[in-house]
Amino acid sequence: MNDTSYLQEEAGEIRNRAAWLAGFVLLVLCFLLARAWYLQVFQGNYYRGMAENNRARLVEITAPRGFLYDRNGNLLVNNTPSFNLYLVLEDIPDLEDTLGRLSRYIGVSKDELNQRVLAKKNLAPSRPLKIKTDLTLKEAALIEGHFPDLPGVRIEAEVKRNYIHGGLAAHFLGHVGEVSPEQLDQRTYLDISPGSIVGQYGVEKTYDAWIRGKQGQKSIEVDVQGHERRILRVQEPIKGNDLYLTLDLDLQRTAEAALGEGSGAVVALDPWTGDILAMVSHPPFDPNLLSGVLTPAAWEALAEDPRHPMNNRVLQGQYPPGSVFKIVVSTALLETDVIPPSFTVNCSGGLRFGKRLYRDWKKGGHGVVGLHRAIVESCDVFFYEAGRRLGIDTLAEYAKRFGLGRPTGIPLASEKSGLIPTTAWKQTARGEPWYPGETLSAAIGQGYITVTPLQMAMVVSTIATHGYQYQPRILKEMKGPKGSLGESSPVLTGMIELREQTIATLYRALGGVVSEDHGTGRAASTKLVDIGGKTGTAQVVGIRPWMNEENTPKKFKDHAWFVALAPLDHPRIVVVALVEHGGHGGSAAAPIARMVIEEFIKRDRPASYHQL
Amino acid sequence: MIDRRLIINFDLKFFLVMFLIAGIGLLCIYSVTAPQKTAGFPLYLKQFFWIGLGLAFFLGIILVDYHNLCRYAYLFYGISLGLLVIVDLVGRVGQGAQRWISLGFFDLQPSELLKLSLLLVLAKDFSGRSSRHGLGLTQLPIPILMVAAPVLLVLKQPDLGTALAISFMFMVMVLLVGPKSRLVIFGFLVSLMLFPFFWHFFWHSLKDYQRDRLLTFLNPMADPLGTGYHIIQSKIAIGSGGLIGKGFLEGTQSQLKFLPMGHTDFIFAVFAEEWGFIGVIILLGLYLTLLLWGVEAAYKAKDPLGALLAGGAVAILVFYLAINIGMTLGVTPVVGLPLPLMSYGGSSMVTTMALLGLIMNVKMRRFMLFY
Repeated sequence: MNDTSYLQEEAGEIRNRAAWLAGFVLLVLCFLLARAWYLQVFQGNYYRGMAENNRARLVEITAPRGFLYDRNGNLLVNNTPSFNLYLVLEDIPDLEDTLGRLSRYIGVSKDELNQRVLAKKNLAPSRPLKIKTDLTLKEAALIEGHFPDLPGVRIEAEVKRNYIHGGLAAHFLGHVGEVSPEQLDQRTYLDISPGSIVGQYGVEKTYDAWIRGKQGQKSIEVDVQGHERRILRVQEPIKGNDLYLTLDLDLQRTAEAALGEGSGAVVALDPWTGDILAMVSHPPFDPNLLSGVLTPAAWEALAEDPRHPMNNRVLQGQYPPGSVFKIVVSTALLETDVIPPSFTVNCSGGLRFGKRLYRDWKKGGHGVVGLHRAIVESCDVFFYEAGRRLGIDTLAEYAKRFGLGRPTGIPLASEKSGLIPTTAWKQTARGEPWYPGETLSAAIGQGYITVTPLQMAMVVSTIATHGYQYQPRILKEMKGPKGSLGESSPVLTGMIELREQTIATLYRALGGVVSEDHGTGRAASTKLVDIGGKTGTAQVVGIRPWMNEENTPKKFKDHAWFVALAPLDHPRIVVVALVEHGGHGGSAAAPIARMVIEEFIKRDRPASYHQL
Repeated sequence: MIDRRLIINFDLKFFLVMFLIAGIGLLCIYSVTAPQKTAGFPLYLKQFFWIGLGLAFFLGIILVDYHNLCRYAYLFYGISLGLLVIVDLVGRVGQGAQRWISLGFFDLQPSELLKLSLLLVLAKDFSGRSSRHGLGLTQLPIPILMVAAPVLLVLKQPDLGTALAISFMFMVMVLLVGPKSRLVIFGFLVSLMLFPFFWHFFWHSLKDYQRDRLLTFLNPMADPLGTGYHIIQSKIAIGSGGLIGKGFLEGTQSQLKFLPMGHTDFIFAVFAEEWGFIGVIILLGLYLTLLLWGVEAAYKAKDPLGALLAGGAVAILVFYLAINIGMTLGVTPVVGLPLPLMSYGGSSMVTTMALLGLIMNVKMRRFMLFY
């Protein structure tokens, strides 16, 4: 009993101190509660914002680009589905590891992947970087299956550009690609976000603002690895407008085939509207390849290809026009009355001027020739004499009236202007006076003169329309989701007053080139229609004494020109063909122009009627 | 065998509150782990099993009078100290710390066992010493040695949390017994003198990750994606829960895995995110109830042994609670202590239930007479 009371007394002492323990417990829990109140209630909004930041991401949805059709409604470019692989760098703790795994799944080397990432390192780390397009279903499944090991990796089902006919009209249609940092600084790309696909060449570039549509966006919930868990909000993208281009698919095909493998250019247009019906530049490029993810190495290979496949020779190739320039000289001759219509020259195979002998292409000469025969047989000596009498500045004046020496204004990027020399030009550009002998070279389209095939086509168009000049046109009609957004109308840019006599003489001569026995362009003649044309053989370098036709290396061979219009009585089509290092215009280029015109006439679709 | 009065004195309220908290923990574990498909048994079902196992310990402990339990205190203590040494030698290495002995289905943590046996042995020792005139200096060396041995071993593992918890429990028990004022002054001076040495030893006994955690606690933003990540994400989870919470299974921080270890150390953050401040009030209220009933058991205990057992048990539990919840709230360092009754895991569940069982044991026998 005593023992018990002692224990209880002892317990009583402890009891008092236990009260302090209760106080301590209460204090600790109150402190925790206060802290929870501070975080949850006082700073609740702040942390809610942080949590939202953690989980929600805005992702852009690429808009499908508008389709491209030819003038008859044939589909040229559309979109196909593509699984694209994206990386979000800020979600990737170990980039090396992730790239290593990915390289195993998609069969692209780790170095290559590293390069692709490095190329885009300047973008914000939260922005998805497109690393690969066109994953196969198997690759996509493989990656998704390993998602837990691949933080920050994302696969998006998107659309990619599909050029149905591959390299056909590649330079005309162009290609797409990721918007470059330089482009992002420009006003046209204001509403474009980095990494977006925009037109980079050709029609795709010119009308990009119309074709690209409006990108949508979705707000997605991501987990800590950056993988999409669910979609919170979607704003659907709007597809771009469809374009109906002036191109004629059948004509384009014919022209592509006619030009074949060699380097060169063919352009066909409707002189009464300026519509480009066919535009071929060879060698072509593959727009499907260029529109995917291209490595810097692949780019370099393309850019440094000695055949320059990225060059659109129709408007960027500047060549000496050679004898096709005689059309311009003849017009000047006929309009200025420097010589009477009955004027003749005795061609003996060359003209001695100063100390130099200016040779005719034909050994032994053409004998006594007037203007008609000079054009038909392309007599150089006649034009040396004509040029000498006209003078370079008058020649240049007429060349410029025809639109040479300046861009035609075709709405495609990087058009070149060629060069029409004058005495003033030479003084400023070269610091030398103009030498009279140079006028002789200019009169047969050699020397300083350069033109693009498109410019030459505009010269011929002007003849075809008796003086009306229409700006080259590539877009016929645009259609939005709610129907047509309007058709474009021909733009008359100029008008040259030409005498009826001049026109008649030129038509007779151009017809003679093709139809007469001695005409240089007989290879262009066809039973289907009367064609008018002019051959040209542009010297690449002065003929070396040791060279003859057989042993001339290809790169020194002349460029072959042929310009044509048809039907002769009422031209509805103008064709210019240029074959680089093709040799004689009559043999290399004329058949190409003929084939295009035959195709055009065979289908006998009156493309348009002139309103004269 | 079982006294009828035992059943009458069984505190059902205490028992229910305990289950309520464990049930809340279960919900949180479900919320974190159910959405992800993992191979094997789901964690929340396993936790059912751990609760059952803990309950067995709880009931087992209340059946035996605590006086009888304390009779074997030295034996328990010896065994658990021995196991602790074994862990140092053969224990399994996990997460940079050696803490387990694998028993196949169950990883035994001798440090958990040690907490219990140390509580028993200290209670027995202190209650045997006369404290009528306060605990004197001469009475301390043996208890201090009994505490120091396991603390050093646990620190070596290294398990900073457990070492601190044991030390805290010891301190509380000394205070409960009542030290003489001279002892308090002496103790204070000695600690002051030894502090630099102790600190040196302490800091260098820590592993790099532990030092990082402590430094990070002082400034989480110094390394927001590294060590500070846990704290920042935990604060975001709790704070974004707001007043009423995001709702069950709706916590974005935990569901999307921004919050690491949501089913173990950071389970409080999961709860606070989904149930909000209102939920937190209720949960802390439940814990407070449980702990205050524990203090009441100590208060009403009929002898010093019971009072010390209940008081020591409360001390350990409140320490775990404060450190764990404090950690998720960003006010205490990340030392890796589980939240009693809620965190997933067998060891923690069994220890907690056993400690609560001890409290209940004392509570039930306060009216019984000695023989």
